[in-house]
Amino acid sequence: MIENCMSFLLLPASPSLLAFSVAPLAHLRLLDIAVIAIYFAMVLWIGFYLKGRSNTGEEFFMAGREMTAWIAGLSFVSANLGSLELMGWAGSAYQYGILATHWYWIGAIPAMLFLGLVMMPFYYVSKTHSVPGYLFLRYGEHARVLAALSFALEMILMSGVNMFAMAVVMKVVLGWSFTFSILVSACAVTLYVALGGLRSAIFNEVLQFVLIWGGALLVPVLGLVQAGGMDGLKKQIIANMHTDSYFHMWRDMGSFSANPMGVHWTGIVFGLGFEISFGYWTTDFLVVQRVLAAHNLRAARMAPIIGSFFKMAVPFIVILPGLLGLVLLQNSDGSRMQLIPQDTWKVCVPMSSECAPLLKDTSLSPAVQQDVLNGKVTPQSELHSYNEVLPLMMVRYLGPGLLGLGITALIAGFMSGMAGNVSAFSTVWTYDLYKPLINKKATDSHYVMVGRMSIVIGVLVSIGAGYLVQRAHGIMDYVQALFSIFIAPLLATIMLGMFWKRATRIAGFLGLLLGITFSVSLFMWVHVNPENLKYVALSDAAKTMAENVFRALWACLFTGLVIFVVSMFTKPRPAAELEGLVYGVTPLPKEEPVPFYKNEWTWAVLVMVIFAALNILFW
Amino acid sequence: MHGSGIQIWFFIGVLLVIYGAMILGYGVFEWVTASYPAGVQLTNLHTPVWWGGILEALGLLYVVKFRPGRA
Repeated sequence: MIENCMSFLLLPASPSLLAFSVAPLAHLRLLDIAVIAIYFAMVLWIGFYLKGRSNTGEEFFMAGREMTAWIAGLSFVSANLGSLELMGWAGSAYQYGILATHWYWIGAIPAMLFLGLVMMPFYYVSKTHSVPGYLFLRYGEHARVLAALSFALEMILMSGVNMFAMAVVMKVVLGWSFTFSILVSACAVTLYVALGGLRSAIFNEVLQFVLIWGGALLVPVLGLVQAGGMDGLKKQIIANMHTDSYFHMWRDMGSFSANPMGVHWTGIVFGLGFEISFGYWTTDFLVVQRVLAAHNLRAARMAPIIGSFFKMAVPFIVILPGLLGLVLLQNSDGSRMQLIPQDTWKVCVPMSSECAPLLKDTSLSPAVQQDVLNGKVTPQSELHSYNEVLPLMMVRYLGPGLLGLGITALIAGFMSGMAGNVSAFSTVWTYDLYKPLINKKATDSHYVMVGRMSIVIGVLVSIGAGYLVQRAHGIMDYVQALFSIFIAPLLATIMLGMFWKRATRIAGFLGLLLGITFSVSLFMWVHVNPENLKYVALSDAAKTMAENVFRALWACLFTGLVIFVVSMFTKPRPAAELEGLVYGVTPLPKEEPVPFYKNEWTWAVLVMVIFAALNILFW
Repeated sequence: MHGSGIQIWFFIGVLLVIYGAMILGYGVFEWVTASYPAGVQLTNLHTPVWWGGILEALGLLYVVKFRPGRA
């Protein structure tokens, strides 16, 4: 009897569920479908449950400012941990090796600590609703509107990236079409965020964080068992790739050509470690909004520090599966599966005339390339892109139920990323664009209604952006381009505003405007003629990742220069007006003394010690 | 979260209890009947049994500790 019941659960998923099926990688069983369906039911339950507690603007947009440090901290990390994080960086690890971990360690940890220890008091004391709101207080209306517009655009595009990543998962594993996948997942996110606002987004982000770990942790654990531990993995990668660069984070950073990523240590330290990282983690409202929802200043300072512990651990479920995929993934005949770049995959599946030249640059053997070009179906000629490495690893190790949980982890990653995008977009649109520019004197309930509507509209626009991403060079390269275009000038503007009282209103606005213009120009310059990359990244051997980090660096320096020069020729604001906004003229609130184990500085020091040890260990 | 109402940790506990029961149940069935899914590696480790058990235990802990109305 039990066996019959269980066999029923193992039946292939209903054909109606896979109405748009295109040769899926794995057949989900009913047990898997049940796991996924229960997840959707849970997030919607949370959304409906919280609807009654999201009636005022403060509740809907700021979650009532009553989150504990743990909830704010996990939400802070989870909002960043979209499916593009999981899949994109697993793909990058397959492509670049452990170098991809830089984006999790030096590219996150110092900035997260800086946000908690140094910047949070200013954001929190000013009681602003958003980062553009802080710019309004510091530099005036023009700077706010410019930052809000660029942020809104970035959120829409980021949301599109998340949708694209999700659609890839659905395509690879479930066989759903791009359009069908986007519509199903976008509807769920729209519903629960529009119902419960930021509180619902934060609740679901914490839930999703747990699911991501519960669903994705088994892949590296089982992969390491099969590879013979880290030593076995290293030996096999060296045997297959004929280099040990895949296991060194810093050793081969002395020149652009010595590492698979084609980036120099100066770009990683200054471009990524300072520019992109500080820009994202300290000024991107998507993540800062989660911390602003904390119930007091100490919780707001602790939240990024708690988040930094988990951020340091994420490479275990993201980078390691990418490395394991290099040696463990097999074709159906037992030969080693070799993945190809997303661009190549796109023009070769289905076959187009552009396939042949790109295929030559892959690691596929000439015989397999010929089979692909001739349309001959063999186990080796079935092509998969780098971005598919994580789902492929899941299919390899996860049976019924567990596969559903793994897919749910990816869906959860998508939802947390997208919910973060749309909830931040909604707040910025309502408070920084609609309220000051369109309707200044409406009631609080009117703004809540506008917030709910902006979520729906934002999702619709980002669906269009999802299709745009299909034309970009890989998932993460595209996102990095966005970071450096918008985030780098914003970082310089906020840093100078927060730590230099001489910075003037007009200087802030002009710096931001010209900085964004400069950043877009650099991007277009290289986009139109890729030869120009050598000027931006200062080397002939530089690759796309190097361009992103160096473009961010130049844009930040340029913005800072503009603000400095213009400030020196314009009249500064009186110091009294800057109280609560600028370091040196703001009396920071006294916090109650707590035991050392509850003090944020204790935990920050511990994070830094672990951070340093990890970098030395994988030098 | 402060204030009254259901805490997020309770929602998480409920979900883990359900998932744990489903995965553990399937794992036991798989082990007893020796009907392992084709193509999946390392089935000899009986991953659904111990992973499902861990999820179930964690879920129960959260449900009990953060149940609504608990002082």
